[in-house]
Amino acid sequence: MSAPLVVFFVLAALAVIGALSLILQKHPIHSALSLIVVMVALAGLYLLLGAEFVAAVQIIVYGGAIMVLFVFVIMLLNAGVEEHTNLSKMAGAPGLLLVVALAGFVTATIAKSAENVHAAPQTGELASTLGISNMIFKDFVYPFELTSFLILVAVLGATVLAQREKS
Amino acid sequence: MVPTNYYVILSAILFGLGVFAFIFKRNIITIFMSIELMLNAVNLAFVAFSQALGKVDGQVFVLFVIVVAAAEAAVGLGIIILIARNRQTLNVERVDLLKL
Repeated sequence: MSAPLVVFFVLAALAVIGALSLILQKHPIHSALSLIVVMVALAGLYLLLGAEFVAAVQIIVYGGAIMVLFVFVIMLLNAGVEEHTNLSKMAGAPGLLLVVALAGFVTATIAKSAENVHAAPQTGELASTLGISNMIFKDFVYPFELTSFLILVAVLGATVLAQREKS
Repeated sequence: MVPTNYYVILSAILFGLGVFAFIFKRNIITIFMSIELMLNAVNLAFVAFSQALGKVDGQVFVLFVIVVAAAEAAVGLGIIILIARNRQTLNVERVDLLKL
């Protein structure tokens, strides 16, 4: 087995274990820490794929900003151990069936189209970041500017939602 | 070289686990985290195909997805704070005002 394959399997196992732990943990803060493991493992996979800029953004934005926000809210609301209530009838057997059907469909589609995807020859290491910046600031410059507007609206929305009502 | 298939299968597994958590978890914050897990799974597929096709379009899409996820997290957590304040619970089973 070649070295990249070993690294892939280690990181993939880490990601899947983290996702399983997210499901199995009862306390939300433990789930949040499991999600951080998944995100760091995915950042490693992005590095393995030669997408170093995406890997850095993944660590900074997801592992840093978003997860800190989650942990902040969990602590702010003093969230305790998950309360165990009866599942609604829809979420029981039909939900499980839905998950299995979805996973089966995706796997079948991938298996069918497996021979169509061929790995392209690896391009230069820095070409990826250069290509991304070229693309963002030339082809996608208007969507990129729109995202700043989106962030502004999100900040306003979050502030309005979370502020205390005047009594 | 790791075959692109492996990445896409891992992405499908993570997405499936995200859907599972979304349906079966009861805590609203954990449900929100499972949405992030699904977004991450899709991002992995984007980057894998971007590398397989030798183009960076997929990575640009991933950046946009991350921006949208950040905005969504900010607004969503604001809504969660509001729900917790008004209903005194984080259990989605107890947020049932629209239920007949």
